[in-house]
Amino acid sequence: MLWLLCGAAGIAAALVLLILLFLSAESWPALRHISIGRFLNDPSWNPGESMYKLTPMLSGTLYAAGGALLLAIPLGIASALFIAYYASPRGAGIYRHLIELLAGIPSVVYGFWGLTTLVPLINQLHPPGASLLAGILVLTLMILPTIALTAHASLLSVPPDYLRGAAALGISRWGMIRGVALPAAKTGIAAGIILAAGRAIGETMAVLMVTGNVVQHAASLFDPIRTLAANIALEMPYAMGDHRAALFVSGLTLMLLVMMLWSVAAQLGRNRDG
Amino acid sequence: MAETVPVKSAGIHRDRFAQLTIYIAAFMVCAAFVWILSDIVRGGVAHLSWSFLVDAPRDAGRAGGIGPILVSTVLVLLVALTAALPLGWMTAALLAEYVSADSTFGSAVRYSLQVLAGVPSIVFGLFGNAFFSIYLGMGFSILSGGLTLACMLLPILVSTGEAGLRAVPDAYRLSAAALGMSRKTTLFHLLLPAAAPSLAAGLLLGIGRAVAETAALLFTSGYVDRMPGSLLDSGRTLAIHIFDLSMNVSGGDASAHASALVLITALLLINIAAMRLTAGWQRRKIVPE
Repeated sequence: MLWLLCGAAGIAAALVLLILLFLSAESWPALRHISIGRFLNDPSWNPGESMYKLTPMLSGTLYAAGGALLLAIPLGIASALFIAYYASPRGAGIYRHLIELLAGIPSVVYGFWGLTTLVPLINQLHPPGASLLAGILVLTLMILPTIALTAHASLLSVPPDYLRGAAALGISRWGMIRGVALPAAKTGIAAGIILAAGRAIGETMAVLMVTGNVVQHAASLFDPIRTLAANIALEMPYAMGDHRAALFVSGLTLMLLVMMLWSVAAQLGRNRDG
Repeated sequence: MAETVPVKSAGIHRDRFAQLTIYIAAFMVCAAFVWILSDIVRGGVAHLSWSFLVDAPRDAGRAGGIGPILVSTVLVLLVALTAALPLGWMTAALLAEYVSADSTFGSAVRYSLQVLAGVPSIVFGLFGNAFFSIYLGMGFSILSGGLTLACMLLPILVSTGEAGLRAVPDAYRLSAAALGMSRKTTLFHLLLPAAAPSLAAGLLLGIGRAVAETAALLFTSGYVDRMPGSLLDSGRTLAIHIFDLSMNVSGGDASAHASALVLITALLLINIAAMRLTAGWQRRKIVPE
């Protein structure tokens, strides 16, 4: 019985290694033929003529994720504060469920909504519409639940004595939040933000559908961009040889980036417990 | 005394301002949610009918329905659950009941599941394509798509299962031990039934995650929109259908809207059911003060 359970757990644990192994094996031809520097210094991304510059995609990914975080962090923390300290118990319950449902909406539906609603709206403002801005807005909605729910969880774990102490001192509600609750919950909130960053970097479908997918460094919010993940989804169906291997390299990069972020988040979580 | 009055009123103003900002933020999030839902419902409800649900798509999906696509979606889901449920729940039982939290094996398993939970779905797609489709020779098939999804579902099944088992009071385990029940009997007849609501909630969350998934299935289960004849056929899931209609088929928007409405209705129902289960389970767990 125990052996069976250990076997199952072993398989579960080995999966990560298996994924890393296969990504590396498939990336290997590219890493052998193409020096790492060429992913950064080639004149353009044009696999047909074996040019493999990944930096525009990297910048697109970072701009989109960074912009989304910039919007989602204040909105998410405000949502968590609303649930924890402002709303009536009933209102808080309803709002929390709404955020959970927002988290359950599939990325393809966000993408479809962005494509049919946001992109035409942005197009009226400044053509072409499919742009970094559309990507940022859609990503904001997608990562907001992660930030709000983790921030709420860490606000809940603030010892009630702290809050009672603040109340006994006659501090105003906002003073209590800013001076007591937020500092006490800050590592948990930071961990949630890091997890949300990981999701934003890895998100594919919604971003692919609304950002226009032009390989370039964005000069403004209204420029179309292409992210690393979107690039994989777009080109995998017809990629062969070194091109395919180069896509696996970008997949491996994404995975390592996200693993790094998660390790930092886990470390933060551990420090808070300790 | 006169000096304290302005300070205090400044504090009150700051308090009111903060409250206003937070209410506006909450209102904006609600508004976005209602906006998305109402757009999808308005765009899709006219095109939705019984024949849309059962007919085969015609003209690349512009006309006809989503019958075979629903069948493929369910098949992919069943494959994923058949593979992930036993593995996930056995791992959860091991982590919660048999190994201590700080043993090397336990923490290694837990760490790798955490990493697995963070891996972007497109990376699962690459892995599934390289491992299941090519290395194991399953090709673009429902089987390889389902198994790729199974890898994605493991973390959520394990974490909900483990949390559920840990929430069962120790008195159950002690009484069972006092009665001379073996650990296996205790697990199957006492602990798993007691943790059932949480296992079910995890199952529903997993189903929701699987039905919503697109990127991991693009190059594992494929695009073919015919009725699948076997698990080795390629099958297009509902999420991929929406993606394909809106990006690659001009004039497919009406069908895409209706498909999105079907998908989102299913997901909302699944998620609400999962929330009900978790809420009920937490209510029983928390002793009223």
